[in-house]
Amino acid sequence: MNIPDVKQSWPNPINEVTIGATKEEGGTRSTTITIGGTGTLPFLSFEGSSPHRPVIAMEVWDFAPADWPEELEKYFSDVWDDPGKWAKKCVDEFNADLICLRLQGCDPDGENKSSAEAAEAVKKVLEAVTVPLIIWGCGNKEKNNEILPVCSQTAAGERCLLGTITEDNYKTLVALCKADKHKLIAESPVDINIAKQVNILAADIGLAAEDIVIYPSTGSLGYGIEYVYSIMERGRIAGLSGDKMWAMPLLADIGKEVWKVKEAVATEEEVPGWGNHVQRGPLWEAITALVYLQSGSDIIIMRHPKAVGELKKYINSLINKN
Amino acid sequence: MIFIGERINGGFKDIKRAIQEKDKSIIQHWAKIQTEAGADYLDVNMGAASNKVDDFIWMIEAVQETVETPISIDSNKLAFIESAIKVCKHPPIINSTTADKEKLDQLIPVAVEHNASLIGLCMDKKGAPQDVNQRVELGATIFSEAIDKGLSPDQIFLDPVTMPLKFLQPQAYHLIEAVRQFTLLSSPPPHIIVGLSNISSKASEMKLINRVFLIMCIEAGLDATICDVTDEELLNSAITTEIILNKHIYSDSYIKAYRESRRK
Repeated sequence: MNIPDVKQSWPNPINEVTIGATKEEGGTRSTTITIGGTGTLPFLSFEGSSPHRPVIAMEVWDFAPADWPEELEKYFSDVWDDPGKWAKKCVDEFNADLICLRLQGCDPDGENKSSAEAAEAVKKVLEAVTVPLIIWGCGNKEKNNEILPVCSQTAAGERCLLGTITEDNYKTLVALCKADKHKLIAESPVDINIAKQVNILAADIGLAAEDIVIYPSTGSLGYGIEYVYSIMERGRIAGLSGDKMWAMPLLADIGKEVWKVKEAVATEEEVPGWGNHVQRGPLWEAITALVYLQSGSDIIIMRHPKAVGELKKYINSLINKN
Repeated sequence: MIFIGERINGGFKDIKRAIQEKDKSIIQHWAKIQTEAGADYLDVNMGAASNKVDDFIWMIEAVQETVETPISIDSNKLAFIESAIKVCKHPPIINSTTADKEKLDQLIPVAVEHNASLIGLCMDKKGAPQDVNQRVELGATIFSEAIDKGLSPDQIFLDPVTMPLKFLQPQAYHLIEAVRQFTLLSSPPPHIIVGLSNISSKASEMKLINRVFLIMCIEAGLDATICDVTDEELLNSAITTEIILNKHIYSDSYIKAYRESRRK
């Protein structure tokens, strides 16, 4: 029987973005990470080439989180008073490809740490590990505009991935990234049109399209994942088809979303019939992450070491099979 | 959309003078203006200004000295096309062949050899098509010949032949119906193109007629036009039509995004 050829050809490969800079490039990283560059949909190696594998960033905070469940606490509580040690453990023991430092402690509704303290956390992580770094603000726009300039300068030349810019807050960060040679995360609220608009606005004031990674927001398995998936897939298809303002690599922020849903954290005593949460939690994170891999994510931010391990195995199996 | 700038044509007085006086600056002016306005190709047509192939080559080279926009070689003479295609820096469009067998036998191999695209006018020796069926039949002939001889659908532009609304009113709607049927020829379909300005020839509301006709054609499946690319409202209307048809992703700055992404 003849099987019809279903190969499609796409005219416009996704931009490559390199994160991290070695000594020769003006930074201090031992390796750099390049994402994007794909000329086809995820893992369709029969159709086109995908020169760079997806990478996993593990999440590190600038203070000991009070709301992380026991299942995470048991891996990190010995190091989470020091972002440097925490990052080192993620790299040395759990093989994180890169570190995502989230400056949650600077949130004015929480610890309200200063920009000097934020910069100190950045410094600690940069000294403790040599993998590339994502620096993620605290979620408050005004505060981000205070802390990120200082962090950006502290990491000048390291080619970090900084985030996030949004439709109504992008000018400060774009200027910083151009000055200190970083890359940017462009955030949008699960909205394909706004995702494009943020990129246009940033490009308008001089940011190169090649310096942008799209973060279209993330939902956990069971919490709108299908909707985000369809937006990422449609955006990626538009990018591959020639829409330059969607031809960027994609980022999924998995750990933050998964470890607040009851399906991941509730114990068996609380919900009989759901099975052991020690297995269920990391499984929930791993399954959520692999859905995002299939929708085109190039960077996945995660928390649980076992989920990270499982996802790495999964990526290997898809790449080696092809 | 693929926009082809119509302005470098010996039918315009300034271009005719440029050819006769060998004044590159006028041709280069229009090459630049049309490129900046968003032309994906620049049509080059000598009209009746000269009958020397050297003059035609001179025009194309003048354009290529100024801009990188690919050329649409607008001539019905095989010798002109064969000479012109050799000096084109980027794969051009040959404008055009008819559905006559001897024309197809001559021009398709030239297009294949130079990786060029080819506009196929849906007419033959018997003349211009009078209805939908004739257009579709001639279009299908051109398409299947071109595919058989080695062009891909992406290199084929079918032109259902625009006629003046003022004098041949029923033909406009016949053309739109033919466009709709061309889209069914293959998957992906060939490009479908019209020479837009013909529709408003000698009419009083030229720009309005051009714009509305183009929008209706795009809705039916057309994706290319030879037109006045400096008519900003025309191009923005075409881009907006494609947005409404869900061919690009909306954003508040969609016109800017579209135009930026097409810039060479």
